[in-house]
Order: sequence, then C-alpha cells, then structure tokens
Amino acid sequence: MIGVIGKKIGMTQVFDETGKVVPVTVVQVVPNVVVSKKTADQDGYNAVVVGVYEAKKSRVTKPYAGQFPEGIAPTRILREFRDFEKDVQVGEKIDASVLEGVRFVDVIARSKGKGFQGVMKRWNFGGGRATHGSKFHREPGSTGNRTYPHHTFKNVKMPGHMGNERVTVQNLKVVRVDPEKGLVLIRGALPGPRNCDVILRKAIKKS
Amino acid sequence: MNLIQQIQAEQTRTDLPAFRVGDTVRVSFKIVEGKTERIQAYEGLVIAIKNAGAGKTFTVRKNSYGVGVERVFPYNSPRVEKVEIVKTGKVRRAKLYYIRTKIGKKAKVKTLIGGRKDAQVQG
Repeated sequence: MIGVIGKKIGMTQVFDETGKVVPVTVVQVVPNVVVSKKTADQDGYNAVVVGVYEAKKSRVTKPYAGQFPEGIAPTRILREFRDFEKDVQVGEKIDASVLEGVRFVDVIARSKGKGFQGVMKRWNFGGGRATHGSKFHREPGSTGNRTYPHHTFKNVKMPGHMGNERVTVQNLKVVRVDPEKGLVLIRGALPGPRNCDVILRKAIKKS
Repeated sequence: MNLIQQIQAEQTRTDLPAFRVGDTVRVSFKIVEGKTERIQAYEGLVIAIKNAGAGKTFTVRKNSYGVGVERVFPYNSPRVEKVEIVKTGKVRRAKLYYIRTKIGKKAKVKTLIGGRKDAQVQG
C-alpha cells in the first residue's frame, strides 16, 4: 500500500479545472526515509519501514536507535506501510511524488481531544425538552431496564472521554500534488489539529 | 509567508480593474455547457465585496424585467473572464443592501462624475 507521512498545515480553497471552488486541506510532506524493509521469509509479511523528522539526540534511546541502519539518523516518527507497491531501497527518500496518479487517499491521524463529554455530543443522542416543565435535558436515559435484563449491557453508549484517538477517514480526493514544494492538497477536512502528523495512504476501497 | 498564504497568493488575481461597491460593472462570465463554452455578460450594480484573498467575492445586483436578481461571483475565479466598469458610483456605505427594499429612483446610486483615479471607465 503506497503511503507517506505528512503534516497537516490547514485549510483553504482552490479552483479546479472547471473553475469550481474546492475546499482543501494542505498537507506538507517532507521526504520520508526508508529505514528498513520487512520480507515474508524473514518477518512473515512484506512491509516498508519509513521514518521522518530527525529526532533530538537526547530523546533517542539505544534500543530505538538500533532499528536504524548506519548512515540514517534516528527519526521522530517511524511507521510501516505493508505491501508497498513501489520498489524502494533502504536509505531512499519518499516524497509527495509517490501520490502522483493516486486519485483517492485514506488519511489517518489522531483526532482533537474533546475531554469528558456527555451523550449528546459524544453519541448524538437527542436529549430532552429544554422548557415546558421538562426535567430531562441532556441525560442518557435508562440503561438497565427492569426485571429483564436487570443489568446494563456491555458497550452501551455512555458519557466519557471523546476524541484524541486514531481516526481514519477514507476515500478523500487528491486535488493536487506538488512534489517540488512537498505539498498535497486533499479535498475536505482531515482529522486532528493543525501541525499534527498524518498518514496518507492510497485508498483501500476506491481508486 | 506561510504555506497557506502562498497557495492563496498563487490564486489571487490582479488583472481585474479596481472596482468598488456602488460601481456599475459588466462581468463576462464563462459558462460551460457540456463541451462548448460561451461567455455571458452580466451587468449590474456592485452592492457588496466580501472577504479578501482567495475567498473574495462580489455581489452584483440588477433588475431583470422587474425582478431583482443578485449574483455572487468569486473574485479570483478563472471563469470570470473580465470585468468592465460601466459607471463609477458615489456611495457612503460598504454594503448597499438597503437598495433591495427600494424601487425606482430611490434604488439609484449617484454617478461619480469624472470617475476615480484608479478606476478606468470602459463602455
């Protein structure tokens, strides 16, 4: 699966070839380094291990640094792409040009943390009436019923921590790829705050 | 300049004449019908200019057979072929929304005779 690690910059709009306005998210792709390759005979599966952004020396432990071959500085981010469709060698750089010709991508990132949220925001519950004597406003309501089933089922939607989790958004259209500047423009919004790390992967379900 | 500003700067147009709110303009707008393209002229009063940079738009109002028509054009759109200033107007407001409720002579904007230095009147 072809993919690359980038950084979400922010949103703007561009005009497409028919003159329509397209909302886009700008992703910056600094050349990723191929750190190692995994093969089916040795590791049981094929993958390419890719790193990006040189890590501060004081933050690199010896076991972590041991994963990097000589001549390649330890990087802050290290990710695997399974079954990388392009033939790359260790030490080679992967930049935004790998996404040229790719029409749709899946974007993986860590979403913005929302803290402890109630059921209305977290699960889109309807809530109750605000006025006219109603005493039921934003509560989740009953969860355990009565004699039967007499307990709350597992996985019932309840208040709790929301956001700050790995989110994959599938089938986002690639509007423009500019390897020279290291930019990829993707239609629509991406998960996560600005300047967060995102993984762009060729869409699994759409091509 | 950050990356977003760079992308926006690439798209902003500088070739359009400096028209302002209150001016009467003729907009040549490219219309794509299937495979053929044609240019449609739309003439009216600029009643609002909104936003700046890549998302800048302007609203042109005209009276079409007794019905008020407003169109919002993206300032930087490649489909805006050209904009000609027909008349420069003398107004004291940035948005002329009040004109929607006026009819007849009250809906008229005074012409700035002689025009402005930066706006070349054509046609």
